[in-house]
Amino acid sequence: MSILVGNGTRLAIQGITGHEGMFHTQQMIEYGTPVVAGVTPGKGGEWVHGVPVFDTVREAVNTTGANTSIIYVPAPFASDAIMEAADAGIQLIVCVTEGIPVLDMVRVCHFLDGTDARLIGPNCPGIITPGEAKVGIMPGHIHLPGPVGLVSRSGTLTYEVVQALTDRGLGQSTAVGIGGDPIIGTTFIDMLRLFESDPMTGHVVLIGEIGGSDEERAAQFIAAEISKPVTAFIAGRTAPPGQRMGHAGAIIEGSEGTAQEKIATLEAVGIGVASYPAEVADLVAERM
Amino acid sequence: MKLHEFQSKRILAGFGVPIPQGDVAPTPAEAGQIAQRLGGPVVVKAQVLVGGRGKAGGIRLAADAGEAEQVASQILRMTIKGISVNTVLIDQAADIREEIYMGITLDRANRKPAMIVSPQGGVEIEQVAKDTPEQIFKLMIDPMLGLMDYQIRNLAFDLGLPRVVIRQFTTIGRALYRVFIQSDDTLTEINPLVITSDERLLAVDGKIVLDDNALFRHRDLGELRDVQRQSEAERQARQAGISYVKLDGKIGCMVNGAGLAMATMDVISLYGGQPANFLDIGGGAKADRVAAALRIILSDPNVKSVLFNIFGGITRCDEVARGIVTALNEIEPQVPMVARLVGLNEEEGQQILADAEMATATSLVEAAQTAVELASG
Repeated sequence: MSILVGNGTRLAIQGITGHEGMFHTQQMIEYGTPVVAGVTPGKGGEWVHGVPVFDTVREAVNTTGANTSIIYVPAPFASDAIMEAADAGIQLIVCVTEGIPVLDMVRVCHFLDGTDARLIGPNCPGIITPGEAKVGIMPGHIHLPGPVGLVSRSGTLTYEVVQALTDRGLGQSTAVGIGGDPIIGTTFIDMLRLFESDPMTGHVVLIGEIGGSDEERAAQFIAAEISKPVTAFIAGRTAPPGQRMGHAGAIIEGSEGTAQEKIATLEAVGIGVASYPAEVADLVAERM
Repeated sequence: MKLHEFQSKRILAGFGVPIPQGDVAPTPAEAGQIAQRLGGPVVVKAQVLVGGRGKAGGIRLAADAGEAEQVASQILRMTIKGISVNTVLIDQAADIREEIYMGITLDRANRKPAMIVSPQGGVEIEQVAKDTPEQIFKLMIDPMLGLMDYQIRNLAFDLGLPRVVIRQFTTIGRALYRVFIQSDDTLTEINPLVITSDERLLAVDGKIVLDDNALFRHRDLGELRDVQRQSEAERQARQAGISYVKLDGKIGCMVNGAGLAMATMDVISLYGGQPANFLDIGGGAKADRVAAALRIILSDPNVKSVLFNIFGGITRCDEVARGIVTALNEIEPQVPMVARLVGLNEEEGQQILADAEMATATSLVEAAQTAVELASG
C-alpha cells in the first residue's frame, strides 16, 4: 500500500488528444500506470496509444470503471473539466494545468466540498508511487520504491530532492506535487494526514516555498498530530517581497509568506530544514 | 497586474462608488488647466505603481490652479523607488473628517474572498494588521451567494460608523465586491474611504490588482498595462512566455521550474553570491527559448556570470545542451558561464557543453560555487 495512486488506479486522461496529453499518456503507460480511458469532447471513438477516447468523463467512467483522472486541458476550460470529473464520480482528480483564474478555483473548491472527490493541484506535476503508478508529468526513472513520502508545491525542485534521495538509496513511498497556485485542492495538512496513516511511509519530506501560510499551519499540525519524522526545504529565502516568483502562489504579500518565517516556524517545532535541496537527503539519512 | 490609482478609481466609479472629481495630466500646464476647471484646492498625486508615494512627497495639496501647476512640475520631475513619474492625477481636495479602510482580497487559507475593513484608513493595511490587529475586521464571503448586505452592515457597526453613512457604506461594499468578481481581481481596495464633514463617503484612493491568469477574458483591462514602466527585459520575457524578475546581484540564472529557480538563487546566496535575477525558462528548454532567456539575462549590465541549472527529467539533456550552444553561438556572450544539466543523456549533454568551452558542474552546490568564483574573478 501507498497513498492515492498504486496498483488499484484506473486512470482516465482528460485532454488526451492534445500535444501534452498524448505525450504524457505514452510516458505513463510506459511506467506501467493502468490507463483505461481518454476524454476529449468531440473525439469519442478515437484511440490514442491504444487507449479508447470518450466524449465525456461520465461515459469513460461507465464504460471503463475509471476511478482517477488527470487533466491536461487548457486553463480557460480546466475548471469545467475538474467539475465534470467530480460529477462523474472520479475519486481522485489531478490537475496539471497552469494558469487557471484564481476565482475559478474558489468556485471549484466550493463545488468539490460537496462531493467525495479529492483534487490535487492545479499547476502541479502530479503523483507517483514508484514501481506502481505514475499519474503526472514527473520523470519516472529518478524514483525508487522506499519509505520516504514527499509532498511539494513545486515540480523540478521536487525532482531535484527525489534524485538526491535516490542517489543515497533512500526510496520513496509516494511523491505528490500539490501545486504552485494560491488556491489548491489538497494542502500540506491533508497530505501529512495520509502519510501518517500509511504503513509504507516512515519519513515525510515537505517542500514548500514563499507565499501564503500553508507551511506554518503544517508545522503546527505536525507538532500536534504527526508521529513520523519530517524533514523540510523551503525555497525563496532570497525572493523579494511583492514580486510573483513564477508560480501564481509564490509571492510575499506584506510581511506574510516569507521563507524566513516558514523556516523559523518549522524549526520551532523541531523539524529539520535543509539549507539546499540535496541536503534534504542527508537530513533524512541521519534520522532513518 | 496592478492598475494605477486613476484607472482603479474609474473602474470603481463605473460600479457606483463615489470618487472625487479629477483627471490625469502628463504636463504641469495641463495639470494647471484641470485644477482651474475643478476650482478650489486640489490634490496632485503621482501615478506610479509603488507604495509609499505620500512619504516620498508624491502626493501634495495645492490651493489653486497656479500652485497646482507648480507642484505638478515638481512631482513630474520625481523618481519614486526608481520609477520616474510621468503622469499626475489632479483631484478635487476632500474635506476629510475620518479615514477608513475597505478592501476585498483572497483568503488563501479559507479559499474564499474576504472583506477587510479598519478604522485606520490612509495607511498601509499590513502595517495596521501588524501593529494593531484589533483594528482589523474581516469576514469571509460565500463564493456562491456573494457578499450579503447584513455582512457589510455588521462591518459598519464593528467600525462604529455614524448611522447616517451606513446605507452609503453598504452600497459601496456591494459595489466593491461586484468590481472584485467582474474584473477578476486578487485585490480591490479603497484606502482611504473618507467620511467628509458633510457626512458623505468618498473613495479618495483606490487600488486594483488583476489576476494575470484571468486576463484572457478581460482584454479591455489587459490593455491598461503600463507598458512605458516596463523595462525592455520584462517586455521581452512576457513576449517569450518566460517568468523573469530582475534582482540586484551579479549572478544571472537560467533555470527550468519556478521552485528550482528560487532554490538556485538561495544556493547562490548561501555560497556568498547574489542572484541578478529569477528566471524560469519553463519546459523543454529549446534553442530559441534559451537564446531569448540569455538575451534577457545579459541585458542587465550588472551580470558578471551566468548559471544554467536545468533539471531535464523527461527532456533530453543533449537536446538542451545543443540549444544552449546554438544560443551561445548566436549571442556570443562576454561573461563566463557554468551549466549543470541533469536528466536523460546527461553525460552527453555535459560533453557537448565542455566541447563548447563552457564550465560544467554535476551538483547545484558545485555550480553555485563556480558561478560565484566566476563572478568575482
